[in-house]
Amino acid sequence: MPSEFRLPALGADMDEGTILEWHVAPGARVKRGDVVAVVETDKGAIDVEIFIDGVLREIVVQPGTKVPVGTVLALVDVEGAEAAAPSPPMAVQRGGDGRAKISPAARRRARELDVDVASLHGTGPDGAITIEDVERAKPSPEPSPPVPQRPPARAAEGAGEGEKMREAIAAAMSRSKREIPHYYLSHTVDVTSATEWLAAHNAAVPVTQRLLFAALLIKAVALACRELKGFSGYYRDGRYDEASAVHVGVAVALRGGGLVAPAITETADKPLVALMDDFRALVTRARAGRLRASELAAPTIILTSLGEDSVDAVFPIIQPPQVAIVGAGSVVERPWVVDGKIVPRQVLVLSLGADHRVTDGRLGAQFLARVAAQLVHPESL
Amino acid sequence: MDRDPLARRVLELLTEIAPDVDPATVIPGIDFRDQFDFDSMDTLNFAIALNRELGVEVPETDYARLASLDKCVAYLEPRVK
Repeated sequence: MPSEFRLPALGADMDEGTILEWHVAPGARVKRGDVVAVVETDKGAIDVEIFIDGVLREIVVQPGTKVPVGTVLALVDVEGAEAAAPSPPMAVQRGGDGRAKISPAARRRARELDVDVASLHGTGPDGAITIEDVERAKPSPEPSPPVPQRPPARAAEGAGEGEKMREAIAAAMSRSKREIPHYYLSHTVDVTSATEWLAAHNAAVPVTQRLLFAALLIKAVALACRELKGFSGYYRDGRYDEASAVHVGVAVALRGGGLVAPAITETADKPLVALMDDFRALVTRARAGRLRASELAAPTIILTSLGEDSVDAVFPIIQPPQVAIVGAGSVVERPWVVDGKIVPRQVLVLSLGADHRVTDGRLGAQFLARVAAQLVHPESL
Repeated sequence: MDRDPLARRVLELLTEIAPDVDPATVIPGIDFRDQFDFDSMDTLNFAIALNRELGVEVPETDYARLASLDKCVAYLEPRVK
Protein backbone atom coordinates (compact mmCIF):
# COMPACT_ATOMS: atom_id res chain seq x y z
CA MET A 1 0.00 0.00 0.00
CA PRO A 2 1.52 3.31 -0.97
CA SER A 3 1.18 6.27 1.39
CA GLU A 4 -0.94 9.21 0.30
CA PHE A 5 0.61 12.67 0.21
CA ARG A 6 -2.22 15.14 0.70
CA LEU A 7 -2.52 18.90 0.40
CA PRO A 8 -1.99 19.95 4.02
CA ALA A 9 -4.22 22.36 5.92
CA LEU A 10 -2.75 25.82 5.53
CA GLY A 11 -4.58 27.57 8.34
CA ALA A 12 -8.21 28.40 9.00
CA ASP A 13 -8.63 30.76 6.10
CA MET A 14 -7.29 28.57 3.32
CA ASP A 15 -9.24 25.60 2.11
CA GLU A 16 -7.89 25.08 -1.40
CA GLY A 17 -4.80 25.55 -3.50
CA THR A 18 -3.58 25.30 -7.08
CA ILE A 19 -0.57 23.10 -7.78
CA LEU A 20 1.96 25.31 -9.59
CA GLU A 21 4.86 22.90 -9.97
CA TRP A 22 6.41 19.70 -8.73
CA HIS A 23 10.04 19.61 -7.64
CA VAL A 24 10.14 15.80 -7.84
CA ALA A 25 9.26 13.22 -10.48
CA PRO A 26 8.01 9.64 -10.08
CA GLY A 27 10.87 7.41 -8.96
CA ALA A 28 12.48 10.20 -6.91
CA ARG A 29 13.46 9.47 -3.33
CA VAL A 30 11.78 11.80 -0.83
CA LYS A 31 12.32 12.33 2.86
CA ARG A 32 10.57 14.15 5.69
CA GLY A 33 10.77 17.92 5.31
CA ASP A 34 11.65 18.00 1.59
CA VAL A 35 9.87 20.73 -0.36
CA VAL A 36 8.24 18.72 -3.14
CA ALA A 37 5.68 21.09 -4.65
CA VAL A 38 4.69 24.73 -4.94
CA VAL A 39 1.04 25.57 -4.35
CA GLU A 40 -0.68 28.85 -5.14
CA THR A 41 -3.03 29.99 -2.38
CA ASP A 42 -4.84 33.15 -1.34
CA LYS A 43 -1.66 34.00 0.55
CA GLY A 44 0.70 33.63 -2.37
CA ALA A 45 2.85 30.72 -3.48
CA ILE A 46 3.55 28.25 -0.69
CA ASP A 47 6.32 25.64 -0.61
CA VAL A 48 4.75 22.36 0.45
CA GLU A 49 6.90 19.84 2.27
CA ILE A 50 6.34 16.11 2.40
CA PHE A 51 6.39 14.23 5.71
CA ILE A 52 6.90 10.72 4.38
CA ASP A 53 10.17 8.88 3.71
CA GLY A 54 10.04 6.80 0.54
CA VAL A 55 9.98 6.80 -3.22
CA LEU A 56 7.47 8.84 -5.22
CA ARG A 57 5.25 6.44 -7.12
CA GLU A 58 2.77 8.68 -8.87
CA ILE A 59 1.80 12.32 -9.16
CA VAL A 60 -1.99 12.44 -8.87
CA VAL A 61 -2.65 16.17 -9.23
CA GLN A 62 -0.98 17.88 -12.18
CA PRO A 63 0.20 21.51 -12.23
CA GLY A 64 -2.56 24.00 -12.95
CA THR A 65 -5.18 22.05 -10.99
CA LYS A 66 -7.06 23.65 -8.07
CA VAL A 67 -7.89 21.20 -5.28
CA PRO A 68 -9.30 21.37 -1.73
CA VAL A 69 -7.21 20.81 1.38
CA GLY A 70 -6.91 17.09 2.08
CA THR A 71 -6.77 16.05 -1.58
CA VAL A 72 -4.26 13.31 -2.40
CA LEU A 73 -1.53 15.00 -4.45
CA ALA A 74 0.81 12.04 -4.91
CA LEU A 75 1.41 8.46 -3.90
CA VAL A 76 4.61 7.42 -2.15
CA ASP A 77 5.99 3.92 -1.69
CA VAL A 78 7.08 3.79 1.91
CA GLU A 79 10.14 1.83 2.96
CA GLY A 80 9.40 -0.69 5.69
CA ALA A 81 5.86 -1.68 6.66
CA GLU A 82 5.99 0.10 10.02
CA ALA A 83 6.35 3.45 8.30
CA ALA A 84 2.93 3.18 6.68
CA ALA A 85 1.40 5.75 9.00
CA PRO A 86 3.56 8.86 8.79
CA SER A 87 3.44 11.06 11.84
CA PRO A 88 1.87 14.46 11.29
CA PRO A 89 4.26 17.32 10.61
CA MET A 90 2.74 19.57 13.24
CA ALA A 91 0.20 19.42 15.98
CA VAL A 92 -2.26 21.05 13.59
CA GLN A 93 -2.87 18.08 11.31
CA ARG A 94 -6.58 17.98 10.71
CA GLY A 95 -8.40 15.40 12.77
CA GLY A 96 -11.65 13.72 11.86
CA ASP A 97 -13.00 16.72 9.99
CA GLY A 98 -13.51 16.01 6.33
CA ARG A 99 -10.70 13.48 6.13
CA ALA A 100 -12.88 10.92 4.38
CA LYS A 101 -12.30 7.21 4.11
CA ILE A 102 -12.51 6.43 0.44
CA SER A 103 -11.25 3.76 -1.91
CA PRO A 104 -8.81 4.69 -4.69
CA ALA A 105 -11.44 3.77 -7.29
CA ALA A 106 -14.08 6.00 -5.69
CA ARG A 107 -11.55 8.76 -5.39
CA ARG A 108 -10.69 8.47 -9.08
CA ARG A 109 -14.38 8.62 -9.95
CA ALA A 110 -14.77 11.70 -7.71
CA ARG A 111 -11.95 13.38 -9.59
CA GLU A 112 -13.53 12.54 -12.94
CA LEU A 113 -16.89 13.92 -11.83
CA ASP A 114 -15.41 16.92 -10.03
CA VAL A 115 -17.00 15.87 -6.74
CA ASP A 116 -15.57 17.27 -3.50
CA VAL A 117 -14.89 14.16 -1.42
CA ALA A 118 -14.73 16.15 1.81
CA SER A 119 -18.41 17.08 1.43
CA LEU A 120 -19.66 13.46 1.13
CA HIS A 121 -21.19 11.15 3.72
CA GLY A 122 -19.98 7.60 3.19
CA THR A 123 -22.48 4.72 3.22
CA GLY A 124 -19.86 1.97 2.88
CA PRO A 125 -18.21 -0.10 5.61
CA ASP A 126 -17.07 2.06 8.52
CA GLY A 127 -18.54 5.13 6.82
CA ALA A 128 -16.27 4.79 3.80
CA ILE A 129 -17.24 6.67 0.65
CA THR A 130 -18.25 4.37 -2.18
CA ILE A 131 -18.34 4.97 -5.94
CA GLU A 132 -22.15 5.15 -5.63
CA ASP A 133 -21.86 7.90 -3.02
CA VAL A 134 -19.67 9.81 -5.42
CA GLU A 135 -22.02 9.36 -8.36
CA ARG A 136 -25.00 10.47 -6.31
CA ALA A 137 -23.13 13.65 -5.47
CA LYS A 138 -22.21 14.37 -9.08
CA PRO A 139 -22.68 18.10 -9.55
CA SER A 140 -25.78 19.04 -11.52
CA PRO A 141 -25.42 21.60 -14.33
CA GLU A 142 -26.67 24.17 -11.80
CA PRO A 143 -23.97 25.38 -9.45
CA SER A 144 -24.14 23.41 -6.21
CA PRO A 145 -25.24 25.32 -3.11
CA PRO A 146 -22.32 26.94 -1.37
CA VAL A 147 -20.66 24.93 1.36
CA PRO A 148 -20.61 26.84 4.67
CA GLN A 149 -17.47 29.02 5.00
CA ARG A 150 -16.75 28.76 1.30
CA PRO A 151 -18.70 31.68 -0.20
CA PRO A 152 -15.92 34.25 0.20
CA ALA A 153 -13.48 32.03 -1.67
CA ARG A 154 -16.01 31.53 -4.43
CA ALA A 155 -16.73 35.22 -4.62
CA ALA A 156 -13.01 35.79 -4.93
CA GLU A 157 -12.69 33.90 -8.19
CA GLY A 158 -11.28 36.24 -10.77
CA ALA A 159 -10.39 38.81 -8.14
CA GLY A 160 -6.89 40.27 -7.87
CA GLU A 161 -4.29 38.81 -5.51
CA GLY A 162 -4.85 41.48 -2.86
CA GLU A 163 -8.60 41.07 -3.00
CA LYS A 164 -8.32 37.30 -2.69
CA MET A 165 -6.24 37.65 0.43
CA ARG A 166 -8.71 40.19 1.83
CA GLU A 167 -11.55 37.73 1.19
CA ALA A 168 -9.60 34.97 2.92
CA ILE A 169 -8.91 37.15 5.96
CA ALA A 170 -12.55 38.24 6.09
CA ALA A 171 -13.73 34.61 5.94
CA ALA A 172 -11.46 33.52 8.78
CA MET A 173 -12.28 36.52 10.98
CA SER A 174 -16.02 36.20 10.35
CA ARG A 175 -15.84 32.58 11.40
CA SER A 176 -13.85 33.58 14.48
CA LYS A 177 -16.34 36.25 15.55
CA ARG A 178 -19.28 33.92 14.84
CA GLU A 179 -17.96 30.87 16.65
CA ILE A 180 -15.60 32.02 19.37
CA PRO A 181 -16.89 33.76 22.51
CA HIS A 182 -13.95 36.10 22.88
CA TYR A 183 -12.91 37.89 26.03
CA TYR A 184 -10.28 40.63 26.01
CA LEU A 185 -7.78 41.78 28.61
CA SER A 186 -5.06 44.38 28.55
CA HIS A 187 -2.14 45.08 30.81
CA THR A 188 0.34 47.98 30.71
CA VAL A 189 3.87 46.84 31.43
CA ASP A 190 7.04 48.78 32.27
CA VAL A 191 9.53 47.26 29.83
CA THR A 192 12.41 49.65 30.50
CA SER A 193 14.65 46.84 31.73
CA ALA A 194 13.99 44.92 28.51
CA THR A 195 14.67 47.87 26.21
CA GLU A 196 17.86 48.73 28.11
CA TRP A 197 19.04 45.13 28.01
CA LEU A 198 18.25 45.00 24.29
CA ALA A 199 20.17 48.20 23.51
CA ALA A 200 23.21 46.92 25.42
CA HIS A 201 23.03 43.53 23.70
CA ASN A 202 22.71 45.08 20.24
CA ALA A 203 25.62 47.46 20.83
CA ALA A 204 27.87 44.56 21.86
CA VAL A 205 27.22 42.03 19.09
CA PRO A 206 27.81 42.01 15.31
CA VAL A 207 24.92 43.43 13.29
CA THR A 208 23.81 39.94 12.21
CA GLN A 209 23.14 39.02 15.85
CA ARG A 210 21.08 42.05 16.78
CA LEU A 211 17.63 41.37 18.18
CA LEU A 212 14.33 43.16 17.72
CA PHE A 213 12.04 43.78 20.68
CA ALA A 214 9.49 41.53 19.02
CA ALA A 215 11.86 38.58 19.46
CA LEU A 216 11.66 39.08 23.24
CA LEU A 217 7.87 39.20 23.04
CA ILE A 218 7.71 36.00 20.98
CA LYS A 219 9.86 34.13 23.47
CA ALA A 220 7.95 35.55 26.46
CA VAL A 221 4.64 34.38 24.99
CA ALA A 222 6.05 30.92 24.31
CA LEU A 223 7.33 30.55 27.87
CA ALA A 224 4.03 31.73 29.33
CA CYS A 225 2.23 29.08 27.24
CA ARG A 226 4.46 26.45 28.76
CA GLU A 227 3.58 27.61 32.28
CA LEU A 228 -0.20 27.90 31.89
CA LYS A 229 -2.45 25.55 29.94
CA GLY A 230 -5.41 26.75 27.91
CA PHE A 231 -3.84 29.21 25.47
CA SER A 232 -1.68 27.19 23.07
CA GLY A 233 -3.77 24.61 21.25
CA TYR A 234 -6.86 23.99 19.18
CA TYR A 235 -10.59 23.91 19.81
CA ARG A 236 -12.16 21.42 17.41
CA ASP A 237 -15.25 19.24 17.39
CA GLY A 238 -16.44 20.65 20.70
CA ARG A 239 -13.27 20.12 22.69
CA TYR A 240 -9.97 21.78 23.43
CA ASP A 241 -6.63 20.05 22.99
CA GLU A 242 -3.49 21.63 24.35
CA ALA A 243 -0.73 21.46 21.72
CA SER A 244 2.21 19.26 22.67
CA ALA A 245 4.70 21.94 21.61
CA VAL A 246 4.35 25.72 21.45
CA HIS A 247 4.63 27.20 17.96
CA VAL A 248 4.12 30.96 18.16
CA GLY A 249 2.74 32.44 14.93
CA VAL A 250 3.85 35.96 14.14
CA ALA A 251 1.45 38.28 12.35
CA VAL A 252 3.36 39.81 9.44
CA ALA A 253 1.85 42.77 7.58
CA LEU A 254 2.48 42.69 3.85
CA ARG A 255 3.26 45.87 1.95
CA GLY A 256 0.25 46.79 -0.13
CA GLY A 257 -2.10 45.19 2.37
CA GLY A 258 -2.79 41.79 3.78
CA LEU A 259 -1.52 39.73 6.62
CA VAL A 260 -0.03 36.30 7.19
CA ALA A 261 0.84 34.60 10.46
CA PRO A 262 3.48 31.90 9.94
CA ALA A 263 4.96 30.14 12.96
CA ILE A 264 8.36 29.96 14.55
CA THR A 265 8.28 26.28 15.43
CA GLU A 266 9.31 24.93 18.85
CA THR A 267 9.47 28.54 20.00
CA ALA A 268 9.94 27.94 23.70
CA ASP A 269 13.11 25.88 23.23
CA LYS A 270 14.96 28.30 20.95
CA PRO A 271 17.66 30.62 22.26
CA LEU A 272 16.93 34.26 21.39
CA VAL A 273 19.53 34.56 18.62
CA ALA A 274 18.27 31.39 16.87
CA LEU A 275 14.68 32.57 17.34
CA MET A 276 15.61 35.93 15.79
CA ASP A 277 17.23 34.20 12.78
CA ASP A 278 14.02 32.22 12.23
CA PHE A 279 11.90 35.33 12.71
CA ARG A 280 13.93 37.33 10.18
CA ALA A 281 13.85 34.51 7.62
CA LEU A 282 10.11 34.12 8.12
CA VAL A 283 9.32 37.81 7.55
CA THR A 284 11.57 37.92 4.48
CA ARG A 285 9.93 34.84 2.96
CA ALA A 286 6.45 36.06 3.88
CA ARG A 287 7.05 39.32 2.02
CA ALA A 288 8.68 37.55 -0.93
CA GLY A 289 5.62 35.25 -1.07
CA ARG A 290 7.55 32.07 -0.36
CA LEU A 291 6.35 30.58 2.91
CA ARG A 292 6.28 26.87 3.67
CA ALA A 293 3.03 25.04 4.24
CA SER A 294 4.14 23.75 7.65
CA GLU A 295 4.89 27.31 8.81
CA LEU A 296 1.40 28.50 7.94
CA ALA A 297 -0.34 25.50 9.47
CA ALA A 298 1.74 25.29 12.63
CA PRO A 299 0.76 28.20 14.92
CA THR A 300 -0.73 27.14 18.25
CA ILE A 301 -1.09 30.80 19.33
CA ILE A 302 -0.38 34.07 17.51
CA LEU A 303 1.43 37.23 18.55
CA THR A 304 0.46 40.43 16.76
CA SER A 305 2.98 43.15 17.51
CA LEU A 306 2.33 46.60 16.08
CA GLY A 307 5.95 47.70 16.15
CA GLU A 308 7.38 51.18 16.40
CA ASP A 309 5.44 54.42 16.04
CA SER A 310 2.06 52.75 15.93
CA VAL A 311 -0.82 52.92 18.40
CA ASP A 312 -0.87 51.99 22.09
CA ALA A 313 -2.96 48.85 22.01
CA VAL A 314 -4.58 46.22 19.80
CA PHE A 315 -7.65 44.10 20.55
CA PRO A 316 -6.73 40.98 18.64
CA ILE A 317 -9.10 38.45 17.05
CA ILE A 318 -8.39 34.76 17.48
CA GLN A 319 -7.56 32.71 14.41
CA PRO A 320 -9.58 29.49 14.67
CA PRO A 321 -9.03 26.70 15.61
CA GLN A 322 -6.62 28.47 17.97
CA VAL A 323 -7.95 29.74 21.29
CA ALA A 324 -5.80 32.76 22.09
CA ILE A 325 -3.91 35.64 20.52
CA VAL A 326 -1.56 38.09 22.21
CA GLY A 327 -1.30 41.71 21.06
CA ALA A 328 1.44 44.23 21.71
CA GLY A 329 1.21 47.95 21.01
CA SER A 330 4.18 50.24 20.44
CA VAL A 331 6.75 50.66 23.18
CA VAL A 332 6.43 54.31 24.23
CA GLU A 333 7.94 56.59 26.87
CA ARG A 334 5.33 57.56 29.45
CA PRO A 335 5.20 59.05 32.97
CA TRP A 336 5.20 56.14 35.41
CA VAL A 337 5.20 55.93 39.18
CA VAL A 338 8.21 54.15 40.68
CA ASP A 339 8.73 54.23 44.47
CA GLY A 340 6.31 57.13 44.82
CA LYS A 341 8.00 59.29 42.18
CA ILE A 342 6.84 60.06 38.66
CA VAL A 343 9.57 59.03 36.25
CA PRO A 344 9.74 58.51 32.48
CA ARG A 345 9.66 54.81 31.64
CA GLN A 346 9.31 52.71 28.49
CA VAL A 347 5.88 51.08 28.63
CA LEU A 348 3.96 48.66 26.49
CA VAL A 349 0.30 47.63 26.45
CA LEU A 350 -0.02 43.86 26.19
CA SER A 351 -3.43 42.49 25.31
CA LEU A 352 -5.05 39.10 25.07
CA GLY A 353 -7.97 37.82 23.06
CA ALA A 354 -8.96 34.42 24.41
CA ASP A 355 -11.70 31.83 24.07
CA HIS A 356 -14.33 31.58 26.83
CA ARG A 357 -15.03 27.97 25.87
CA VAL A 358 -11.57 27.16 27.23
CA THR A 359 -10.53 29.78 29.80
CA ASP A 360 -11.86 32.66 31.89
CA GLY A 361 -10.55 36.15 32.46
CA ARG A 362 -8.98 35.09 35.72
CA LEU A 363 -6.68 32.60 34.01
CA GLY A 364 -6.21 35.01 31.11
CA ALA A 365 -4.99 37.66 33.57
CA GLN A 366 -2.49 35.20 35.02
CA PHE A 367 -1.33 34.41 31.50
CA LEU A 368 -0.70 38.06 30.61
CA ALA A 369 1.06 38.54 33.94
CA ARG A 370 3.40 35.64 33.07
CA VAL A 371 4.22 37.20 29.70
CA ALA A 372 4.92 40.52 31.44
CA ALA A 373 7.08 38.83 34.09
CA GLN A 374 9.28 37.28 31.38
CA LEU A 375 9.90 40.75 29.94
CA VAL A 376 11.10 42.11 33.26
CA HIS A 377 13.99 39.61 33.17
CA PRO A 378 15.08 39.63 29.52
CA GLU A 379 18.46 38.12 30.36
CA SER A 380 16.74 34.84 31.23
CA LEU A 381 14.73 34.64 28.00
CA MET B 1 32.58 56.48 -3.37
CA ASP B 2 30.87 59.10 -5.55
CA ARG B 3 27.35 60.16 -4.73
CA ASP B 4 25.49 58.77 -7.73
CA PRO B 5 27.02 55.28 -7.80
CA LEU B 6 26.56 55.15 -4.03
CA ALA B 7 22.89 56.10 -4.33
CA ARG B 8 22.41 53.40 -6.99
CA ARG B 9 24.15 50.80 -4.82
CA VAL B 10 22.01 51.71 -1.80
CA LEU B 11 18.88 51.42 -3.92
CA GLU B 12 20.01 47.98 -5.10
CA LEU B 13 20.52 46.82 -1.53
CA LEU B 14 17.19 48.29 -0.52
CA THR B 15 15.28 46.31 -3.13
CA GLU B 16 17.33 43.24 -2.34
CA ILE B 17 16.11 43.22 1.25
CA ALA B 18 12.62 44.43 0.27
CA PRO B 19 11.91 42.73 -3.07
CA ASP B 20 8.32 43.94 -2.91
CA VAL B 21 9.47 47.58 -3.32
CA ASP B 22 9.73 48.99 -6.85
CA PRO B 23 13.06 50.89 -7.04
CA ALA B 24 11.68 53.21 -9.75
CA THR B 25 9.16 54.61 -7.27
CA VAL B 26 11.58 55.48 -4.46
CA ILE B 27 11.62 59.22 -3.74
CA PRO B 28 15.07 60.16 -2.34
CA GLY B 29 13.89 62.84 0.09
CA ILE B 30 11.03 60.94 1.74
CA ASP B 31 11.50 58.48 4.58
CA PHE B 32 11.24 54.80 3.64
CA ARG B 33 8.75 54.33 6.43
CA ASP B 34 6.37 56.86 4.92
CA GLN B 35 6.81 55.52 1.38
CA PHE B 36 6.43 51.81 1.87
CA ASP B 37 5.84 50.88 5.49
CA PHE B 38 9.50 50.22 6.24
CA ASP B 39 9.55 48.65 9.69
CA SER B 40 12.16 47.68 12.26
CA MET B 41 12.76 44.32 10.56
CA ASP B 42 13.47 46.08 7.25
CA THR B 43 15.84 48.50 8.98
CA LEU B 44 17.73 45.63 10.61
CA ASN B 45 17.99 43.75 7.30
CA PHE B 46 19.15 46.96 5.64
CA ALA B 47 21.88 47.44 8.28
CA ILE B 48 23.00 43.84 7.77
CA ALA B 49 23.16 44.35 3.98
CA LEU B 50 25.13 47.62 4.32
CA ASN B 51 27.59 45.84 6.59
CA ARG B 52 27.98 42.87 4.27
CA GLU B 53 28.15 44.75 0.97
CA LEU B 54 29.72 48.10 1.86
CA GLY B 55 31.63 47.17 4.99
CA VAL B 56 29.91 49.84 7.08
CA GLU B 57 28.81 48.87 10.58
CA VAL B 58 25.81 51.04 11.45
CA PRO B 59 25.16 51.11 15.20
CA GLU B 60 21.54 50.85 16.26
CA THR B 61 21.68 54.40 17.59
CA ASP B 62 22.32 55.63 14.00
CA TYR B 63 19.35 53.87 12.40
CA ALA B 64 17.45 57.17 12.18
CA ARG B 65 20.20 58.45 9.85
CA LEU B 66 19.27 55.72 7.31
CA ALA B 67 15.63 56.77 7.13
CA SER B 68 15.58 57.92 3.47
CA LEU B 69 17.74 57.49 0.37
CA ASP B 70 19.15 61.03 0.71
CA LYS B 71 19.93 60.48 4.40
CA CYS B 72 21.58 57.13 3.61
CA VAL B 73 23.87 58.66 1.01
CA ALA B 74 24.83 61.53 3.31
CA TYR B 75 25.57 59.10 6.14
CA LEU B 76 27.45 56.54 4.06
CA GLU B 77 29.49 58.82 1.80
CA PRO B 78 32.27 59.58 4.30
CA ARG B 79 32.20 56.00 5.65
CA VAL B 80 32.51 53.97 2.45
CA LYS B 81 36.04 53.57 1.10
